[in-house]
Amino acid sequence: MSVDLSQFHQVFFEESHEGLDIMESALLNIDVSNIDSETINEIFRAAHSIKGGSGTFGFNEIADFTHVVETLLDLIRSDQFVMQPDNVDLFLKSVDCIRTMINELEGGSTCDTEQANVLKQQFEVLLDGGFSGEPEQSDASETKVSAKDETGGNGWQIYFKPDIDILRTGNEPLRMFRELAELGELSVSAVTDEIPALGELDPEACYTAWNLTLWGDADESQVKEIFEWVVDESELTITPLSLGADRHAQTESPQEVSLEEPQVQDLTSNAAPQNLVSQNLVSKNVVPQAPKPERPKAEKKAGDAKKESKPESVSIRVGTDKIDNLINMVGELVITQSMLGEIGSDFTVENLPKLMAGLEQLSQHTRELQESVMSIRMLPISFAFSRFPRLVHDMSQNLSKKVELILQGENTELDKTVMERISDPLVHLVRNSLDHGIESPEQRLAAGKDEMGQITLSAFHQGGNIVIQIIDDGAGLNKDRILTKAIEKGLVSDSDHLSDEQIYDLIFRAGFSTAEAVTDISGRGVGMDVVRRNIQELSGSVEVESTPGSGSVFTIRLPLTLAILDGQLIRVGQNVYILPLISIIESIQSYDQAIHRVSGGCDILRLRDEYVPIVRLWEIFNVKPDSKKVEDGLLVVVECENIKVAILIDDLQAQQQVVIKSLNDNYTTVEGLSGATILGDGTVSLILDIGGLIKLAGVSKEQYKKVEHTDDSEAA
Amino acid sequence: MTTILAVDDSASMRQMVTFTLKGAGYDVIEASDGQDALDKAKVSAVDLVLSDINMPIMDGIELVKNLRVIPDYKFTPILMLTTESASDKKMAGKNAGATGWLVKPFNPDQLLATIKKVLG
Amino acid sequence: MNTEEDGAIDPLNASIAEIKSGEASEQYLTFFMGKEEFGVDILSVQEIRGWEPVTPIPNSPEHVLGVMNLRGTVAPIIDLRMSFGIEERRYTEKTVVIVLTIPTEKKSKIIGVVVDAVSDVCSFTKSEIQPSPELTQTDQAQYVKGLGSTEDKMVILLQLTECLMAAPKGRDKQRQLKAG
Repeated sequence: MSVDLSQFHQVFFEESHEGLDIMESALLNIDVSNIDSETINEIFRAAHSIKGGSGTFGFNEIADFTHVVETLLDLIRSDQFVMQPDNVDLFLKSVDCIRTMINELEGGSTCDTEQANVLKQQFEVLLDGGFSGEPEQSDASETKVSAKDETGGNGWQIYFKPDIDILRTGNEPLRMFRELAELGELSVSAVTDEIPALGELDPEACYTAWNLTLWGDADESQVKEIFEWVVDESELTITPLSLGADRHAQTESPQEVSLEEPQVQDLTSNAAPQNLVSQNLVSKNVVPQAPKPERPKAEKKAGDAKKESKPESVSIRVGTDKIDNLINMVGELVITQSMLGEIGSDFTVENLPKLMAGLEQLSQHTRELQESVMSIRMLPISFAFSRFPRLVHDMSQNLSKKVELILQGENTELDKTVMERISDPLVHLVRNSLDHGIESPEQRLAAGKDEMGQITLSAFHQGGNIVIQIIDDGAGLNKDRILTKAIEKGLVSDSDHLSDEQIYDLIFRAGFSTAEAVTDISGRGVGMDVVRRNIQELSGSVEVESTPGSGSVFTIRLPLTLAILDGQLIRVGQNVYILPLISIIESIQSYDQAIHRVSGGCDILRLRDEYVPIVRLWEIFNVKPDSKKVEDGLLVVVECENIKVAILIDDLQAQQQVVIKSLNDNYTTVEGLSGATILGDGTVSLILDIGGLIKLAGVSKEQYKKVEHTDDSEAA
Repeated sequence: MTTILAVDDSASMRQMVTFTLKGAGYDVIEASDGQDALDKAKVSAVDLVLSDINMPIMDGIELVKNLRVIPDYKFTPILMLTTESASDKKMAGKNAGATGWLVKPFNPDQLLATIKKVLG
Repeated sequence: MNTEEDGAIDPLNASIAEIKSGEASEQYLTFFMGKEEFGVDILSVQEIRGWEPVTPIPNSPEHVLGVMNLRGTVAPIIDLRMSFGIEERRYTEKTVVIVLTIPTEKKSKIIGVVVDAVSDVCSFTKSEIQPSPELTQTDQAQYVKGLGSTEDKMVILLQLTECLMAAPKGRDKQRQLKAG
């Protein structure tokens, strides 16, 4: 029977990735001076599983390499090797290497063993010289004995006295004899001298020995193999039958069996204790090459990045509680539906209230069902955050900086696809903070700061969005340098008056970089604008705030789901747009409001204790409104990223839930729009993006003010 | 129907073993660690146990010890899955009362041949 | 939807579907813009629709008329006549929208192009297609695959890309951002 093993590959890949994550996480937290036994065992088991699986499924390159890693781990956990701090890095690199190889296999290509061989040599050095105890003896092989033993001419004479407890190990002499019988002609006679009297007999013990004669041309190794499991605790003597002897000449009297020279052949080799561990490791096929010079980091990182980028996974793990919830809801839906069916089948006007109630229930259930299904795609952001401890650890070492990473809000949930696509932008922002934000330990001390810098990754829900912040306590953005560079690159002219926040925002423009020496990490300047674009494609936004000397905060806002929105339909002239309901504070008639005209800028609405800039939608969209005058229209006050604006429209229409269709799919991103939807009448309506509208209108944060001077972060 | 208890913390190994054994007509119960296996063995009648050694919560050696004190499992064949370089594990397994071992990596045919050998 | 044009469009849609279900071949859907006849690979044609009002996109290039609901997908509608510099553009009962799949780096995009009228489905063998010299100097040259000529007609064969949707140089009607 041949089993197709490839059907198990995917599971193996997944569990290996999990195992590698466990290894990595444990390694990052390990205290070399005081190794916790459970931790080291966990790391060992993970490596062991990967080795076992890769061997079983034929991924020999991985098996070979992991074997070395596992060997050292085994020595460490059995206290035969004292782990040093820089071993941790070697193990971490091995994790990376194995990960890369698995990714290569998953992607359908072959494993590149170059890195593995380099690391293998480092392990071999440690294993050869470093440990304090005797290496474990390794049997050269189990099922087959390598040395060719004597072949008996006619067969074998076997004396077998099993251990008294043989039956208690589930071994059964009869079974072994049956196997022997398959190798040739067998005759068996029992040696019963040691069987005690019935009264003293333990039925579970084995007191019998046997003499067996096997005729035929079986190899000695075949015979030995049959007794392999019990040979250590038994007496086993195998002698070749003398040539010419035939079965008739054999005496079968137990007493007459005499052993010639005891040719006790043990399976465990007692040859000079070989350093079998290192022997295994000196690869049979690979000629140890001279350690290659470290490839230039940039190249290596690029290569790593390419190999490491996994295809977006096409499966998702869902807690059974979410599924059960879903099932319950569908059940309720079915009940409501049949109830409505009943009302409908025999409808009279008197049933109208019942019908309305039923429809209301239907609407409720549909909403709940929808939320429930959405939540299936929601995963905690810890999945995205999980790569950062390692990243920060490695990078801070590379840059010789001391950085502590703090993760907050790891349980905050977001859509799986959004999370997958936010991962790279997050990496870039964290790298940026590490590279340009956090100062070197000397600089920090000189500035009166703690030597250890801090980067915080924080996630929380706000309104209908998820907010992710990358906060560092570094040097902050250098306003002057940014402005100078921007003028140099022609992004702005030096006569432009830019607010601080507008200057900081320049870093998101294409072609911008202020890094003096372009490091491979984040200096290239193509990064930030790509980061922003990626986030915008997710219908999100990214902003930066900074205080020179104290640090910077990058704030990413993303919708919780990409699919559905509660919308407010609004009309300007012939055009109907949709505003996200969640962003609307209130709407007011303009004519009785206090409106201040500001020369050269926006009109401002005085609304109780706030000054709210007015955005004329018809103007920024270039469409014909019913009336251009502010007093004639409606003002919808909306909030976005802590500032408020009032949008001038002609009319408010209905509120409805809309399915968000991307404009990006077939067209491109449009500033001021976050997508489109198809209304009930089949026409397309555009969904407004308030942040974009604010930009188009040229409103700056400073134009929104409160009359009293209160803390800026307080929401109105 | 001959029932085999397959114990391994690696899902891919369990799947491979289960698929192979079921294909050969055996009934298979899966467990992901020693404790899980012990619980299942107490509830169902198992004719042979196949177990990995390195597992969380309860490892293979402990599992063997715990099984052997259960009257029903005094003589049940128990095979350990070991890797070649772990002769101490084999000894530990034997001392705990295991019947024998299978060396990893093994292929499905080797698995079936060994099991057939043991079950007769 | 105008029932009069349905009569012409449905059979065309049917034959497109039929052709696509068969073997790949060098067949083109031809259409008129101004006085010229153009053609696109039949395999890129999803369907033909009558002209319907679109939802305009703010601050988009002139030739991007807006977006339309194409079977549940929001797709941009481009006036191809404008892209090809054809001055006279009318919207009559004959005006149609050809829905095309455009290849891109990632997934392909669906767009609709407005043309004066559809003509026919023709085949051209490779020998019947020549490169067209005069057009190689213009903006539109990037879209011209060649000239297909038979005895009775000459068709400008096009391969459209997503560049079609970008603002043409020198005709930027986009609004400048106000400085704050």
